[in-house]
Amino acid sequence: MAGSDLATDASSAPDTVKILIAGGFGVGKTTLVGSVSEIVPLRTEEPLTMAGLGVDDLEGIEEKRATTVALDFGRITISRELVLYLFGTPGQQRFWFMWNDLALGALGAVVLVDVRRPECSFAAIDFFERRGIPFVVGVNGFHGEHPYPPEDIREALALPEHVRVLLCDARDRESCRDVLIALIDQLIAAAVQA
Amino acid sequence: MTVGDPAGRLVRLFALTGGRTRPSRADFTLISTVTAVDPPPATASRCQPEHTRILRLCAEPVAVAELAARLDLPVSVVVILLCDLLEAGRITVRPPRPVSRTTPDLDLLQKVRDGLGRL
Repeated sequence: MAGSDLATDASSAPDTVKILIAGGFGVGKTTLVGSVSEIVPLRTEEPLTMAGLGVDDLEGIEEKRATTVALDFGRITISRELVLYLFGTPGQQRFWFMWNDLALGALGAVVLVDVRRPECSFAAIDFFERRGIPFVVGVNGFHGEHPYPPEDIREALALPEHVRVLLCDARDRESCRDVLIALIDQLIAAAVQA
Repeated sequence: MTVGDPAGRLVRLFALTGGRTRPSRADFTLISTVTAVDPPPATASRCQPEHTRILRLCAEPVAVAELAARLDLPVSVVVILLCDLLEAGRITVRPPRPVSRTTPDLDLLQKVRDGLGRL
């Protein structure tokens, strides 16, 4: 890191990049991470400092989770020189103060949408749109079933033209891989256009 | 505040960090890669047990988030311990690949795409 007087590089260490997997609570984020990760998704639990959180914000947190917020993530080794991390963002809105840090330096995001309750992912879409963070939408079908075509979902979510919408099954490796590839393709398309 | 009581942890988190709640340096992100310096510097003093556990886990390069998960400690605590090790010359840290929205790295994106295609 710039200005550091200590060893801040390890030539044998790979480059790392990350993609966020976002969406409402219980939409299948950790399932998606687990489907494509080469390791069983890992979890870190962060104690919640009360700073920055109003007392009201803690209302409704079940007792067991009252003091920590969990972050699940997985890993995909692209090559010896490059490793991709996938971070499932905390679903509950009261934990969103963590999202800014998480989003910093991310290639982009996948917003997972539960076809039965798309409104749960509105806030995630809004978050990335406001910050100019590129994202695609993966529509996770309940039991892999997709009653609506992608166009209907796009309309329901009022998504701009350049945001890709893909039907997917968070339990299926290839399906999740294709959502990630769609995000990278969208990033490449934007880069070529620029 | 104790964390991980079901796991039988006996040491309070703030004891691990000597009461510190903030890192002394800003070198560590979730995906910064940490590697133990091998052999350790001649001046290396004895470590606390948690420091030793970290050094063992990062004999090969490992990301901060993975370290935290494997240690079953919060990232914020691990980062404070990593600062100690960095300042003692026991580890090196590699920052994540920078990502720019204004000048996207096509080569990087293509590599990621190729890698995903092989899944």
